[in-house]
Amino acid sequence: MTVTTTPLAAAAASPAARTLKLWRLEGFPLIPVLILLLIAFVAVFADFLAPYDPQIGSLARRFRPPAWEAGGSMAHLLGTDHVGRDVLSRLIFGARVSMVVGLTAVLVAGGIGTLLGILSGYLGGWVDQVIMRVTDAWLALPALTFAIFLAAIVGPSELNIIVILGGVYWTRYARVVRGEVLSLKQREFVRLAVVAGCSKWLIMRRHILPNVLNSAIVLATLMLGVVIVTEASLSFLGVGVPPPKPAWGLMMADGKKGLMVGYWWLTVFPGICIMLMVLSANLLGDWLRVKLDPQLRQL
Amino acid sequence: MKQFIVRRVGYSLLSLFLLSVTIFLFVRVTGDPTTLLVEPGASPEDIENMRHQFGLDQPLWVQYWLFATSFVTGDLGQSFYYRTPVLELYFQRLPNSLQLAAVAMVLSLLIGIPSGILAAVRVGGFWDSAGKTFSLLGLSLPQFWVGLVLILFFSVYLGWLPSSGSGGILHLLMPAFTLGWYFAAAHMRLTRSSMLEVLDSEYVKLARLKGLPEALVIGKHALKNALIPVITLAGINLVVMINVAVVVETVFAWPGIGRLLYEGITFRDFPVVQCVVVLGGSMIIVVNLLVDILYAYIDPRIRLES
Amino acid sequence: MANKLLSLENVSAHYVSQQGTRVVRAVDEVTLSLDAGETLGIVGESGSGKSTLALTILRLLPKAARIVGGRIMFEGEDLVDKPAAEMRRVRGKRIAMILQDPMASLNPLFTIGDQVGEPLRVHEGASRSSAWQRAIDLIKSVRIASPQTRVAQFPHEMSGGMRQRIVGAIGMSCEPRLLIADEPTTSLDLTIQAQYLDLLRELQRTHGLALIFITHNLGIVAKMCDQLAVMYAGRVVEQGPVSRVFSQPLHPYTKALLGSIPRMTEEREQLTAIDGQPPDLANLPAGCSFAARCPAAFARCQVEAPPDFTVEPGRSARCWLAAPTVHASIDQTIPLSRSAAS
Repeated sequence: MTVTTTPLAAAAASPAARTLKLWRLEGFPLIPVLILLLIAFVAVFADFLAPYDPQIGSLARRFRPPAWEAGGSMAHLLGTDHVGRDVLSRLIFGARVSMVVGLTAVLVAGGIGTLLGILSGYLGGWVDQVIMRVTDAWLALPALTFAIFLAAIVGPSELNIIVILGGVYWTRYARVVRGEVLSLKQREFVRLAVVAGCSKWLIMRRHILPNVLNSAIVLATLMLGVVIVTEASLSFLGVGVPPPKPAWGLMMADGKKGLMVGYWWLTVFPGICIMLMVLSANLLGDWLRVKLDPQLRQL
Repeated sequence: MKQFIVRRVGYSLLSLFLLSVTIFLFVRVTGDPTTLLVEPGASPEDIENMRHQFGLDQPLWVQYWLFATSFVTGDLGQSFYYRTPVLELYFQRLPNSLQLAAVAMVLSLLIGIPSGILAAVRVGGFWDSAGKTFSLLGLSLPQFWVGLVLILFFSVYLGWLPSSGSGGILHLLMPAFTLGWYFAAAHMRLTRSSMLEVLDSEYVKLARLKGLPEALVIGKHALKNALIPVITLAGINLVVMINVAVVVETVFAWPGIGRLLYEGITFRDFPVVQCVVVLGGSMIIVVNLLVDILYAYIDPRIRLES
Repeated sequence: MANKLLSLENVSAHYVSQQGTRVVRAVDEVTLSLDAGETLGIVGESGSGKSTLALTILRLLPKAARIVGGRIMFEGEDLVDKPAAEMRRVRGKRIAMILQDPMASLNPLFTIGDQVGEPLRVHEGASRSSAWQRAIDLIKSVRIASPQTRVAQFPHEMSGGMRQRIVGAIGMSCEPRLLIADEPTTSLDLTIQAQYLDLLRELQRTHGLALIFITHNLGIVAKMCDQLAVMYAGRVVEQGPVSRVFSQPLHPYTKALLGSIPRMTEEREQLTAIDGQPPDLANLPAGCSFAARCPAAFARCQVEAPPDFTVEPGRSARCWLAAPTVHASIDQTIPLSRSAAS
């Protein structure tokens, strides 16, 4: 496998132009990126886009089917739920929940994991032992089970979910980052910095951190999908984002009761949203992994 | 070999210890443990009794000691809801989880191994891309989404399969497929990469030089070697499946351990939640240990390395 | 030519990258021939196309490579356009090959008996028990002690020398007419190497087998081979009877190789006595591909690649110096000390 075969013509161009060119050449996942951008846009402008308040419905108008089904109307394009709330509006605000929880949880996990991974890999010795043993022990617990356990302790709220997901997923970061740091430590520029008398902290900040950022970004993209699925699962199980907030997982849990009597739109639409977002994040992550970081290919 | 086993067992014990410390600390440090450990609606005296019983009036390490010894002796507390020892509940549900995991495992291997082989043999071709798409879908789709779509199709539209509960093999099909789907993708990926590695080996080259038909080269010489890591992973995953089925069991109302965990959350039955989590983690640590030791027996190089 | 066992006529095998933009000429216009019972040595630096040539004859090239031209006549048939199913019946049955690495070429999960008897079962339809019996005989014939117990053992229970003998036994199992040995002794230590070479000679004599010996060790060539072909950058640059090539090399590359013969049978990983690097096979120079490193190169070498000059029957070289007119003066133009050729 070659990393990137630089075309001869591009070699003369500036590095930035070359990067752009490569990205255009090598199967850039355009559709996934557009979907993610669309979801982000919807999340930011939810207040302007949503036709109704997502949390208030009227019981007189419950279980309306989507507009194109018999009994549906253009007033509620994607129908209404069991308390008469507009499904489309809830989906739009749900995008905000997914984006906010997903991005911040990945940031928290990435922050903790990168920090501990660098410390563990660079300092070695007992620091390394402690961090890695804890990582091993925590990794023994399936992520979802661990998250449920934590959620059962601290109770459901949007903030808690972020903290919990960060707490569950930092271990994966720590592992990967530590491995990177171990190999960076052997590299010439780090050795030179040591010889030049730089302090450990300076080396970690100036020489190690910037060099593990690539991997951290790739991992973050891949993790975004995982975190969103976990958030949705927690919400589905009732220990995630508390009702009446419109989270996609929660909408599916609510909709499940209506599934057997034919209210399919309550589960199918949020399901499609989750699927699109997770697939897009994974496709982008996969591509980034191959492009940016050959070391991560085995992940 | 002896030294290897001793060290490996030592690591596992350390992991178990750290896991228990983690769980203990999470319960004690984040807020007032009495709200978790004492039944909702208990009288002030009851709470006081409980505080004493759990040693909450004593230093943290004494509390941990009490906590750890109670676990080692198999006393995981009483369920608030069922009013029986949680361990009893756990073992009542375990056979159902095993049943589900076993069928899911069979399905995941039946899907994962052949598609992995096909992708490796036709690397870069149509089947390889199809396999990649499949594994991406398998690893991306939330289980409850797959489960609900199956219900919508097979129960609501076609009316072929029961949507929930337990009973015959028909009840098992959809939950097992939903659970197995994710693992099928993982098994496919591993089969593919391990097959590719083996196909590149000298002994496969020699098998071709001998003039063996391609079916024999792949089916005999390559496959047997390529399956070793897959079977290992499957062994670990069987235990993982028992412990991650919470979403699937909730969707299909399958009375396994995952469902027990879900009930624990919804009934605010904390001892049940704690029991499922602790036993799940321990089970996975133990199976990892067993697999490592087994591997060391099969492959002498691992012993020498460590 | 009709009585030749194997003859290659202008055979080329190229690797083509997926976009089709990069073509690596791994084997380029190779012409060779071999009589029954004869031994041909192929020498060259690593990357000169020796192993690719062997795989070309057996039509087992990697997926990215293909035979782009020429004929491979074996016992009167052209192997190049043989259907895949028939080609499979040639491999292991009429042409066998021994790979470089004895440690890796046996499958760790099957018994020795199974692996040695396998070609018999596939090519001759032998039953399980008769294949097993003949495997015992074969293992005995490569002089492994107590073959009865060895057949039931697994590869990891044997030493490297033993494994390589077993690979030899596999090669001999169907009594092929031609055996290709690709650096079969590189990973063995010296005494075992010598024993193994003796064994190969003996097998060759008793079975009337033709042997192609791929190596970078000219000492082994001197000991084992009748004919020699020297490869450089995918081409055969000189060939002829070993004694003639050793006593009067025509190509400067051959001369340099002979000048750098390791003393006795001392094994080296590469022939490093010549300055410079072999050319990029995807980007060959316009003229002779050795010109950049050649001590005797002149203007013509840079612009025009020399054709294969036949100097005398069965002896040729791809060098302008071997062209009929200049041939006589070669030894005066480049006085290279020729060291012990045996």
